[in-house]
This record gives sequence, C-alpha cells and structure tokens, in this order.
Amino acid sequence: MGRLDRIAEPWGTRTPYARGEKWPVRVDTFLADGNGAEHPDRWVRSASVLHSNGDALDIAVKDGRIVGVRGRAEDRVNHGRLDPKDLYGWQAGASPDRLTRPLVRRGGRLVETDWDTAMDHIVARTKELLRDQGPSAIGFYTTGQLFLEEYYTLSLIAHGGLGTNHLDGNTRLCTATAAEALKQSFACDGQPGSYTDIDHADVIALFGHNVAETQPVLWMRILDRLAGPEPPALICVDPRLTPVARAAAVHLAPRPGTNVALMNGLLHEIIGNGWTDAEYITRHTVGFDELERRVKEYPPERAAEICDVPAEEIRRAARALGTCERLVSTVLQGFYQSHQATAAAVQVNNLHLVRGMLGRPGCGVLQMNGQPTAQNTRECGADGDLPGFRNWADDAQVADLGRVWNVDPSRIPHYGPPTHAMKMFRYAEQGSLRMLWVTGTNPAVSLPELSRIRSVLSQERLFLIVQDLFPTETTELADVVLPAAGWAEKTGTFTNADRTVHLSEKAVDPPGRARPDLDIFLDYARRMDLRDKDGGPLVKWHDPESAFEAWKECSRGRPCDYTGLSYDRLRGGSGIQWPCDAEHPDGTERLYTGGAFWSDPDYCESYGRDLVTGAPVEPTEYRAMNPYGKAVIKSAGYLPPHEQPDGDHPFLLTTGRTLYHFHTRTKTARAPQLQAAAPEMWVEISTGDASELGVMEGDLVEVSTPRGSVRAKARVSGIRDGVLFLPFHYGYWDIDEGSEADEAHGRAANELTLTDWDAASKQPLYKTAAARLRRIRAQDGSPAPAPTTAASAPLGAGVPETRGGPAAESDEDVRGTPPTEGDT
Amino acid sequence: MKIGLVLRDLHREERELARELLHTAERHKTSHDIHHLALDLADWSHRHIRELAELAERYDVTLDPEPDDEPGPVGRLREKGSEIIGRRGEAGRRGDAGLLLLRDLRRICQQASAVSVDWELVAQAAQATADDQLLDLAQRCHPDTLRQLRWANAELKETSPQVLTS
Ligand code: SF4
Repeated sequence: MGRLDRIAEPWGTRTPYARGEKWPVRVDTFLADGNGAEHPDRWVRSASVLHSNGDALDIAVKDGRIVGVRGRAEDRVNHGRLDPKDLYGWQAGASPDRLTRPLVRRGGRLVETDWDTAMDHIVARTKELLRDQGPSAIGFYTTGQLFLEEYYTLSLIAHGGLGTNHLDGNTRLCTATAAEALKQSFACDGQPGSYTDIDHADVIALFGHNVAETQPVLWMRILDRLAGPEPPALICVDPRLTPVARAAAVHLAPRPGTNVALMNGLLHEIIGNGWTDAEYITRHTVGFDELERRVKEYPPERAAEICDVPAEEIRRAARALGTCERLVSTVLQGFYQSHQATAAAVQVNNLHLVRGMLGRPGCGVLQMNGQPTAQNTRECGADGDLPGFRNWADDAQVADLGRVWNVDPSRIPHYGPPTHAMKMFRYAEQGSLRMLWVTGTNPAVSLPELSRIRSVLSQERLFLIVQDLFPTETTELADVVLPAAGWAEKTGTFTNADRTVHLSEKAVDPPGRARPDLDIFLDYARRMDLRDKDGGPLVKWHDPESAFEAWKECSRGRPCDYTGLSYDRLRGGSGIQWPCDAEHPDGTERLYTGGAFWSDPDYCESYGRDLVTGAPVEPTEYRAMNPYGKAVIKSAGYLPPHEQPDGDHPFLLTTGRTLYHFHTRTKTARAPQLQAAAPEMWVEISTGDASELGVMEGDLVEVSTPRGSVRAKARVSGIRDGVLFLPFHYGYWDIDEGSEADEAHGRAANELTLTDWDAASKQPLYKTAAARLRRIRAQDGSPAPAPTTAASAPLGAGVPETRGGPAAESDEDVRGTPPTEGDT
Repeated sequence: MKIGLVLRDLHREERELARELLHTAERHKTSHDIHHLALDLADWSHRHIRELAELAERYDVTLDPEPDDEPGPVGRLREKGSEIIGRRGEAGRRGDAGLLLLRDLRRICQQASAVSVDWELVAQAAQATADDQLLDLAQRCHPDTLRQLRWANAELKETSPQVLTS
C-alpha cells in the first residue's frame, strides 16, 4: 500500500499490461484524516457523478457523515481506481452552503418558506398557465446529474402528463452530438464500444477528446497499455498540447472549426489506398458511394491548407488508422462543441464502418459523454426524445409508449422534434414560454452569451423554478428555489458512457429540508393530480426501486433493454452493461456485432437529419434509402465557421475544462484540494503569440469578443498559434460581491461565446469565436493560477508545480490481475 | 429552342429565393438558427446563379452571375430594429416576431417550390437535347433546392405550434 499526492499525480502509479491481458487492479482510497475514518461504520455502494466514466466506488460512513471513498476492485469500469474528483469531490456535500429550505421570491427577495407553500405556488402557476395558454407555456431544463428514476419520472410528467414538448437537459451542451452522431450513422442512440476495447486495440484515436482530464481513469487504462509490451499507438486531434498529445504517435492540432476537412482528408487517404473492408461496406452499409465521391475533394494537401496542419502528418495518421488491426476511436467536445459538430463526429463512425471495425474486441467507437448521467437523460427522454429510444416520427412507436403509460397517444406531443434547450430559451426570450423549471444545472454560467441568458432568465414574465444543491448564479434569478438532495443522499441508478449501469445507494441524510429530486417530482405529480386515461394516477410508483421497475417495462424490447437488471442484481456484483435481458442476462459488452444494426425503419429511433440544415429526414425518404436496416454512411463537405477571425479579432477562442473541476464548480470548488489545484480563471496563449504581443507568463490580459470581455492571467502554454483557451468553469458565486470582476461580469468564459448551434444536434458551439487579446499589465510576478499537470502546463520554466500536499495524500493498493472478470 | 427562356426564368426565381433568404436572415437575427442557416442557404442559390450564368452563354442568353442583392443601408437599419423587437417584444405584441417568421418561412417554401419546378424543366430539356453539361448542372443543383425547401418546411413545422398556441 502506497501513499500518493493525487493532486500532483492525478493518474497515480502505473500497472502495465499487455495487449489482450486483463487490466490489473489498483484500489485507490481517500479517507479524511481523524475522526476514526480508518474504521468507518459502513461502506455504501455507489459510483462517481463528477464525469461520465462511471468509476465504481464505496462510500465510507462514520457517525452519519461521509468520511471517504474507495474504488471498487471488482468493477469492470475502473478496477478499483479513482481520479482526483472522485477522491476529493464528495466533501462538497457537507458544505455549510447547502440549500436547506425552499425559497420563494417576495417583494423582489428570496425568502425561506416550507415545502407546502413552495409546491402549491408552483402547482397554482402551472394550472393557471395551462388554462391561459396550454402546455406550450411550460418548459423543463434538467441536467446530466440526476438518476435514471428521476429522469424517467420527469419525462412522464412532461410528455404524458402536461403534454409539453419543451423538455431538455444541459446534456444538450455536452452529449447531444454524441447521441445525434449515433442516430445519424446507426439510426439509434447507444454506445457501440466498450472500455475493454482499450485492452485489445493497436491504435487508439482521440478526436477532440482530452481523456486525461475528462475521464482520468480511462486514461489510466490507456497509460497502462502504453507502459506495457506491444503498446498501442495514439492518434490525437486537439489544438492544445494535452497529456494525450504528448503521448501520441501523431498529434494533429487543427485550426478550431475545421474538423470535417480533417476527417475528410483522413478518409480520402483510407479510401484512396484501399484500406477498406469492401465486403462489410456492401453487406452492412448504405451511402458509401457518396462518401467516396465527397472525400475525393479532400486530398491531404487541401485538408492541410484548411486545417493548417502538415499534409505529411495527415498521411501518417491515415496510415496508422487505415492499416491497424484493431482500432478504438473516442470523440468528445473538441468535435461536439465545435463547428459542424455532428458532421465531424459522424465521419469518425464512417471511419469504422469503412474499415468494418465495430462490434469486435478492440474495434469500437466511443462517442463520449461529458455529464455523468447523460446516458440516462437520453434513454429516459429527459432530453426531449421519447423514452426507450422510441421514434417520435413513428406513430406505432408513440402508440406503444401510450400503452406503457396508459395514456392516449395523442396526449404525447409528437407533431415535431422535441424543443431543444436553445430554442426553449428563445421562446422564453420572446415570452411564449412562461414557466421554466431548472433542475440541477446552472445555465447562467454554462450557456453561451451570458448577458443574453441573464436577461432572459431575469424577465418578470418568466416564472423560474430552480432545484439545486447550492445557491448558484441561476438560483439568484429564480422565483422559487427548491433544495435538492444530492449524490449519496438518495438512491438510484445511472449509466456511464459505455452503457454500464451502477446502483448508487443512500449513505447519509440530506441537510435540513432538502429532498431527493424524485420525491419532488412525485409530489408535484400528486398535487397536480395527473391521471392516466382510466383515471388512475399517471405516475404509478412511489420510490426509486418501483420507478426502476417501471422503467424496465418501458425499456422492454427496446435497444436499451434493462429487463434483466434489478436493484438486487446490481447490489450483488457491480456495474452491468445494457442491453441486459433474458437473452443477455449478463449484459452486452459491444453493440453491432456482426453488423446487425437497430436501423430497421419500424424499429429505429431516428430517421436522421440533414447534416447542414438539420431538417429531419422524412419517413418515406428513410424507407427508400435504408429498407433493410443497415448502417448509414453520411458524408459532408467542409463549411467555414460563421464567425471568423479578422483584423479586429484575430484569434480563435476555444473554451474547455480542467481535470480538477466539474461544470460550473458548484461541487468541486467546495472540495479544498480540488479548488486549491485550480483556484482561478486563466487564459492560455501560445509562445509565438505571447512573444509577438509582449505577454509574459502571469501578465494580466483581457480577452474580448463582440459579446463581452474577460480578464485573467496569461498562461503561456503549448496551445497552437492563433488560438486562445479559457476554462469555462468559473462564474461569479465565489467572488467578492462588488468586486471588479463581479460588476463587470468579467470572469466567465461564456460572456464571450456566441449564440450558434449545430443544426443537427442543436449543441451550442463553444469552440469557435473570434477574439482579441490585450495585455493590461504585469501582475505581481506570480504565474497564472493554471494547473501544471495537464493541458495547461506552462512551457517556460520557473512555474511551481501543482501539488496537493499532505491534505491530498491518498492510498494506492496495487493488487495485480483480477482473477475473474465479466468481460470476454 | 426555348431553353434560353427557361434559364432566364430560373435565374430570376433563384435570385428571388436568395433575396427571400437574405431578408429572412436579416429580419430574424435573434433567432440565431434561422439567421445563420438562411445566410448559408442563400449562398447555395448564389452559387446556382453563377453556374447558370456561365452555362447560359451557350444559349445566347446573358445572365448576371453576381446580382447585387446584399441588404443595403435601409435593410441594415431594419435589421437593427428587428434585433430590438426580436429580443423583447413588448407584452401583447410578442406574437409578432413569431408570426412574421412563419410568413417568411412560408414565402421561402413557395419560392423554393417554384425554383424546384424550373430545375425540373431544365433537366427535362437537357435530356431531350442530350446536353450533358446542362443535365449535370440540374442534377447537382436541384437537390440543393429540395434541401432548402425541406429546411423551411421543417422550421415551419417546428415553430408553428408554439407561435400559434401562445
Ligand atoms: S462540463 Fe463536461 S459535463 Fe458539463 S456540460 Fe460540459 S461537457 Fe458536459
């Protein structure tokens, strides 16, 4: 057993393994000092909700308080490992800042009240709006943080109870393109690959995915392969010098917004050199000819010119991708939040389709999620889609949902695609959406163009309900604030980015009067007296387990089939991957084995959309194109981004995250080790640009776009020339009231981003805005407060390394190869 | 041969479609998706116009490859106004921006249908005269027109329930 400062060494000790071997077990534990934490009263089963990796862990409880966490050795996802957010993030739950009582706005101020008053107020307003305008007045904006049972209940209330089409989650910012790219290529959501593919791959390609910071435990798995015999080669596409880029055999750092051109250049080489699986293409796909024609327009030289990367590097990357035997590709925000998001992500699917590399060990695509429970938002329909990956454009599937819910199908809105988040905010801006219920998210910091969002949310005529753990920039603007119980204070299940379902059990009581989100929704449905078509209660469950059982029925026979799972089964072992049914009682490791897709016109979730205009493909069109349910190869040409640098705004601005924080920091800033590791806003600039502008490490600079400006210290880093980076985590709740940054709204990166979104996935674009940078002055001589451990590492010398010190010492227990394991 | 006449008609209708798209983009600046896409789709029509003009010479027809349909100073002024109304219609007038959008989208649908019919005529004529170049042009451009049409139609479908019920 070793002890390690896991702030300074985020990925811990290496446990090398060879291709095809099992990933060794290493159990990571962090227990708060003192209070006899070494001897907790009990360990409670859970998994991490601070990223989408789904690291399984047990929570140590002593005297009714959480005192630490320990990774679960037998879990398929992490084999015992935890990342820094897993290790330290739980401390936020006990913060004195928690919301403990409902609040209502009276005379312009939020004042404490009781649950009856708050809920009756919400119900009265709902009924009034339903009477005056109907369901189109009401919208829900949820998160990627709740549990499956909660999303499913919310989805039923919104779709089947109120009949509104306005339901989405902040997963729109995060994972909408993953879902849409899967729907475009496979006509259905659902992650094709598995994390175990890492164990078998000989090339791992990461497209806009800084896995070292967003899913550190998955990166540990890759690092352990790299440290073992026969290591895989990494291909990295990222404008920053991330840990992935440093370890890569080929690093392509394209100009932001040019991913489609790059992908087409790669496909040009792969198809041109005949590195394709012709038989797979004919038997299992439609649309190849058009792709072939399209990518002919993108010889590496042309792609190189658009992307500003050497043509030779494109050729090298293509050769690796085209000639390897087992290819794993992963995709995240560098594609999803950038220009032509879906079109670019779909080209990664195409890469695997033309190479016939799906559904076998080591051959998988991972269209990643950011949010921990985003997968459930999608499955349960809390992102507006219909539950169980049902197709809103297929009347038979809507009727089937009506059967499950015992409601008249005409009550379920399906006259058009669901209203995505950006559109809901637009409707609120125009005044036709008059009640917005926000659960577990902070749009006043996370949405683009914040000044606009603030003005939308603070309108008198909008009735804003915010349900959260902490006061945030968004609760500030609310009419009613509901205190919610958080992770470890309630029971439920959730599913990670590789379809692994975990049970998370209640370990401690929530503070004060805070209640689980599920209880709040159930209470609302009861007070609203929502009924099914026979006059029975619409929501027929009363607690997490009965909600889960109801969901199982809804998922029966659908791609995300949960019928083989139960709370007991999840308690018995550890995480299990869906589909899990009678046929696959132990879950399913990989989808689409043997080229069998869920794209039959009568079964599929989606007929797809036009990649450029976003218009849904009509059912007849889809039937004509894909009568036998194959995968769909969709091609796309490169289009220049809507906002381009010019003389006034010569830089491209990209935003992103750091390893130590999650989302708008409401939790991670309240874990001292994490907050100390990345305490403040910074700006990254390349060495070339810095020397041209006379900017030194630690200088105060101002970055502006036509929408606003942000001041922060400069970090001279390995980012490519012409690009600036801002972390998006920092808002206003933890700066001094009345300070310069507070009054000027000069800290949050989203003051600068533009309102524009991908036409197909409706995901906002955070990675392509034109910006300018101005040096304000040298500061106190200290460097920028950016971590030195990962992508924000300084290039120059003299910056002290990021350390956690004694407070961050964690235990590491390397146990070697697991004796048995679920994967095959 | 009346092919020249059809080309002239098509040129005029494409130009009108581009103009409709540009005006829609202008009027709905704060409906960001409409704004950006209408601009992008106007480019498609401009490309068609250029290619048409080039080919029309063979039929002794002179067509302007770059008609100047950019919104002028007046258009820009209107744009600014639309931004203010679009952001925050006064209570009671809030439906206006929505209704205006429905009307604009409907006009784009109609105009794109007209263009689509003209492309069909051109394709027929090209086949009858075995003019491969003209046929190729029609086969490349007509699908764009159909996508423009489907876009406007899909936006109408998506937006109308909200506008008409609020
Ligand atoms: S921060 Fe991460 S999890 Fe949160 S929305 Fe963005 S990508 Fe998703």
